[in-house]
Amino acid sequence: MHPLAISHYTLVNALGRGTKSTLDALQAGQSGLRQCNFMDATIDTYIGRVDGIENEPVVARLREFDCRNNRLAMLGLAADGFESAVAAARARYGAHRVGVILGTSTSGILETELAYRQRDAAGRLPAQFNYRTTHENYCVTDFVRRYLKLQGCAFTISTACSSSAKVFASASRLITSGLCDAAVVGGIDSLCMTTLYGFSSLEIVSATPCRPADAERNGISIGEAAGFALLERCEEDSADVPCLLGYGESSDAYHMSSPHPEGAGARLAMLRALQRGGLEPAQIDYINLHGTATRANDRAEDIAVSGLFGNRTPCSSTKGWTGHTLGAAGITEAAIACLCLQENFLPGSLNTVTVDPEFSMNVLLENRNQKNRRVLSNSFGFGGSNVSLVFGYRAA
Amino acid sequence: MIIHVKGIAAFGPGFENWDTLRSHFRTGTALNTDFVPVPSGSALPGAERRRASATVRLAVDIAQGALQQSGMKAKDLATVFASSNGDTNTIHHICDALATAERCVSPTRFHNSVHNAPVGYWSIASGSMQPSSSLCAMSNTFAAGLVEAATQSLAEEVAVLLAVFDTPFPEPLYQLTPGRQPFGVSMVLDADPRGSLAAMTIDIGPDTQLVTTKMNDPLLENLRRDSSASRSLPLLAALAQPMAQQVVLRYAEDLRIKVSVDRPGP
Repeated sequence: MHPLAISHYTLVNALGRGTKSTLDALQAGQSGLRQCNFMDATIDTYIGRVDGIENEPVVARLREFDCRNNRLAMLGLAADGFESAVAAARARYGAHRVGVILGTSTSGILETELAYRQRDAAGRLPAQFNYRTTHENYCVTDFVRRYLKLQGCAFTISTACSSSAKVFASASRLITSGLCDAAVVGGIDSLCMTTLYGFSSLEIVSATPCRPADAERNGISIGEAAGFALLERCEEDSADVPCLLGYGESSDAYHMSSPHPEGAGARLAMLRALQRGGLEPAQIDYINLHGTATRANDRAEDIAVSGLFGNRTPCSSTKGWTGHTLGAAGITEAAIACLCLQENFLPGSLNTVTVDPEFSMNVLLENRNQKNRRVLSNSFGFGGSNVSLVFGYRAA
Repeated sequence: MIIHVKGIAAFGPGFENWDTLRSHFRTGTALNTDFVPVPSGSALPGAERRRASATVRLAVDIAQGALQQSGMKAKDLATVFASSNGDTNTIHHICDALATAERCVSPTRFHNSVHNAPVGYWSIASGSMQPSSSLCAMSNTFAAGLVEAATQSLAEEVAVLLAVFDTPFPEPLYQLTPGRQPFGVSMVLDADPRGSLAAMTIDIGPDTQLVTTKMNDPLLENLRRDSSASRSLPLLAALAQPMAQQVVLRYAEDLRIKVSVDRPGP
């Protein structure tokens, strides 16, 4: 495929607002996880919560979209000068030529959860509740598109925890087909009762901060995040701009909530990403794992990664810092991959003490400084939805 | 861009397959719109079929219908499933459970609540490891799904199974959400013209230049406006005709797609 330039990107998560907050916390080994204090949830777990959302409503002109998820989206757009970068792209290409493709798994379902608690005696929802603008899965894309004054192709991808990785593949196809000249991609998921109680019912929520790849790992820490990237065709002089070099998608065709035990779908996604980028496994300097810290995910991912890359390529999960941000995990880790490229740095696997002795992949336990040309990032979701992305610099 | 249609399925009030709807469009056979068919989910294995929701059954029924007409193998097809609201009953039951003091969410119900549960069940039932996606764009979900499926097929040289489906929410969300009737439409799209039923040329442009196509029949125009999946009716009407046709679908408030439907040449 033709590489696409990541000409701008931004992140907001439990580590703070803007990519620098994430980079500083990664380099300092400082986790964003805290004991669950979200509303009246009584789950014994740690969460990656973004501070201040409660006090920052969305802009007045879009007030009907006001909800936790859209507020979080707006915090993302406001960080890292992202809005101005998009405004410049809009001026350059025209509003109809810039697409918006975003991932979310639960959108603003928190609003519906709260509205259900407030049903009247006849079972009716409160009058001020607006499903279309605060919960419906497209509403966050609608909100971002209006906020950025864009008029190009737009849709929400909702494939659970691979949602905001798949947006890169869709944007690449829209640009390749000539329907867009540029695209804002990203993902937003916010804390809600559905995921806290839902993952808890599956018994895959950890009572301690999550420990990816650890022999004692016992589940995920749920986080919330928003992230965005501006994708454009590469300019001639963009040798120092991180690019999307390849993407690979696959389905497990195995089970709704358990990964294929040998990681067959994960392996296929990684293989396709390498093939699309014209790359060999040895050309990847670092793998940012999906690494949720469940028993099953990490085991299957180890088999897939070590089967394809052997036991040398350094890899780690960054979910010990951010928590598992679900539909925002893909964009969060895509942005971390770009930070690794630009800062010549690799994050170790935070909270991991002893790597599972059955694992063969090379799990980094400590941060490392090294020059990186290409980074692969994995995102896998319920329903067996797998995506691998390769970010890096174009061949010199 | 030009994409070929290899198989079509449709499901809605008065029709449970493409043949019924097609002959209505071609010859005026009456549609009994009081008849609301019940999806069977017959492509699912027994245990899953018994547990599957109406949304999942509808999705796999239409996918199976288009696949069969195409004569292609499920394992070769990438899938794009699209639905405005996903599995409406499951979302209702979860919000209902979370409003109780116990907040007991069933684990099965939770994993069924993800928007991509229908395409997950399809890939498990069909054994396809090809890419699968699940997307939405409110009332423009059909147009967005069509463009996603067509660009994927052309950019990656793979046949794509598109399935767009909507089922109404139960109360209390029923009152506040669009969609009074279940509706489903599915197409197998391919860049390769061999075995093509029709060629579609898709162009995109601002709303200022293109007017959205409506249905002449007031009953069908009401149905078109009912859900995001039923917004496909003008295109289905065009695909039913032997002559070349052109329709305009709304992609977004300010964006339209123009689809020119042609019969394949000899």
